[in-house]
Amino acid sequence: MNASIKAATHGRIKTKKRSQLKAIWFQYRKNRLAMFGLALFVILIFIALGSGFFVDYETQVIEQHMKERLRPPSAAHWFGTDQYGRDVFARVVWGARISLFVGLFTVGIALVVGSLIGALSGYYGGWLDNFLMRIMDVFLAIPGTILAVAIVGALGPGLFNVLLAMSIARIPQFARIVRSSIISIRGQEFVEAARACGTKDRRIILRHIMPNAIGPVVVQVTLHMATTILGVAGLSFIGLGIEPPVPEWGSMLAEAREQMRYNPYLMFFPGMAIMLAVLSLNLIGDGLRDALDPRMKN
Amino acid sequence: MFKYIMKRLFLMIPVIVGISFILFLIMDLTPGDPARAILGDYATQEQIAALREEMGLNDNFFVRYFRYAVNAVQGDFGKSYRTSVPVVEEIYARFPATLQVAFQAIMLSILLGVPIGVVSAVRQYSAIDIVSIATALIFTSIPAFWFGLMLILLFSLKLGWLPAVGADSWKHFIMPSVTLAAAQLATTIRMTRSTMLEVIRQDYIRTAMAKGATRRCVIFKHALRNALLPVVTVLGIGFGNLLGGALIVESVFGISGLGTLMVNSVKSKDAPMLVASVMFAALVGSLVNLGVDVLYTYIDPRVKIQYLRRAKS
Repeated sequence: MNASIKAATHGRIKTKKRSQLKAIWFQYRKNRLAMFGLALFVILIFIALGSGFFVDYETQVIEQHMKERLRPPSAAHWFGTDQYGRDVFARVVWGARISLFVGLFTVGIALVVGSLIGALSGYYGGWLDNFLMRIMDVFLAIPGTILAVAIVGALGPGLFNVLLAMSIARIPQFARIVRSSIISIRGQEFVEAARACGTKDRRIILRHIMPNAIGPVVVQVTLHMATTILGVAGLSFIGLGIEPPVPEWGSMLAEAREQMRYNPYLMFFPGMAIMLAVLSLNLIGDGLRDALDPRMKN
Repeated sequence: MFKYIMKRLFLMIPVIVGISFILFLIMDLTPGDPARAILGDYATQEQIAALREEMGLNDNFFVRYFRYAVNAVQGDFGKSYRTSVPVVEEIYARFPATLQVAFQAIMLSILLGVPIGVVSAVRQYSAIDIVSIATALIFTSIPAFWFGLMLILLFSLKLGWLPAVGADSWKHFIMPSVTLAAAQLATTIRMTRSTMLEVIRQDYIRTAMAKGATRRCVIFKHALRNALLPVVTVLGIGFGNLLGGALIVESVFGISGLGTLMVNSVKSKDAPMLVASVMFAALVGSLVNLGVDVLYTYIDPRVKIQYLRRAKS
């Protein structure tokens, strides 16, 4: 008896979940621009994952071949070679791996920490909410890039430090979104019902509130990944991010800049790569926002 | 209203104190010895020790922060570790260039963005609409420094119309302002378009149309005024972003403004300079936000009533 009820409810919950995802996908699919963004992003992921197989990091990306320096684009070197004779195509391809990793990782950390702060703050309210949000206000008052620059200054440049700096700069924004989402859900009946059943706070937050608050957060995740990739490229460009010879697109542009008068092609491809990566994420984010908007359902 | 503004100004104080504390902490964690930085590589151990004592660097972190805060309240933000110039002077000298670029960028994004957004919304799905959406999408995704470099490539190196670096004449400010405006312009277009689209579908627009008002009158008098509110918010937020963006744009165009000052002080571990300049940027950003909120009440009477009610309670 008990087991059958359990099975029945379990089954129903499962189908409900899938249908909701399906409904979102159905909405999303109708948006041609968003589908274009998704396709672009999938290609980018394939490039990032595949780069390890068809490009050798040591010999093609890092090693300098001074005999072959500054060759314009050709059949042998699709994007030409840079001032150290390295193949720009190989470096741009490898750069996808770095930028995507940085974007995912940074937003991941910011999401986890920010959600935690936002959830505590939104669910409990009162002095805790006040305390946490005032701290977040302080961080929000410092423009993100500037905060990241200051943190990188303290920690020193390098991949890991840039990741950390960018995540810290993004935490308050996620905390805010999650908090406001949770406040709007906190008062609803199903939360009260769960509480009446004696469910623990942690379970209410994680199992009952979070899944319902996730929509706007997912949109922000994609959009923040876009701005993070832009931001990291910018930091690397001014020499406070990922340092050469690592083929980060921003630091490649900084190197290409020295050659801009006579070899402008060097600047073109890394910039295009950044733009396409950011564009794909922006399109996905916009598409998701529209797909999740209940007003768009009809 | 006055009461509301005063309240907001008071609320800004803890934020500024918080910012200074966080930055002071960050700079304290920065490796390197300021005394050695000031005296140079050839200083003896004794000289460094003496200067450390004189600067009070051996004291506890909280003692130093407190001393800094007390001095700061009196207007003394310390001297640069690198140049020994009072940081306030340096910031005042540098700020006008940054402000000029940011202001021009904002003006450009309003003057172009709002009309384009309106036309886009009024003629939804037309060729103009599609082109302007595509432009906006590209501008939000384009890295500012790359865009700037491309402009230099085209207008300075190929065509020779504009100077590539420096800040001497109005010509020098064209490309930096355009570069900085790109992302903001995109947001303004999209925001104007989407709010316009929502407003056009409202009943009072249909009423105005039904009463026989001209199309132009309906769009500019009835619709645009209501659509401008969110646009104003975005512009307020955008100003803070512009100050952050100045960091990169200034380094592309070699403008010695607040942005390059911050980058250089991070690179040379110039703590007093960095703390003060970031505090200053945050203060300017907060003041602009407050200005925007006050501006609201003049654009939208509904908001004014809300504020008055909140101030009373």
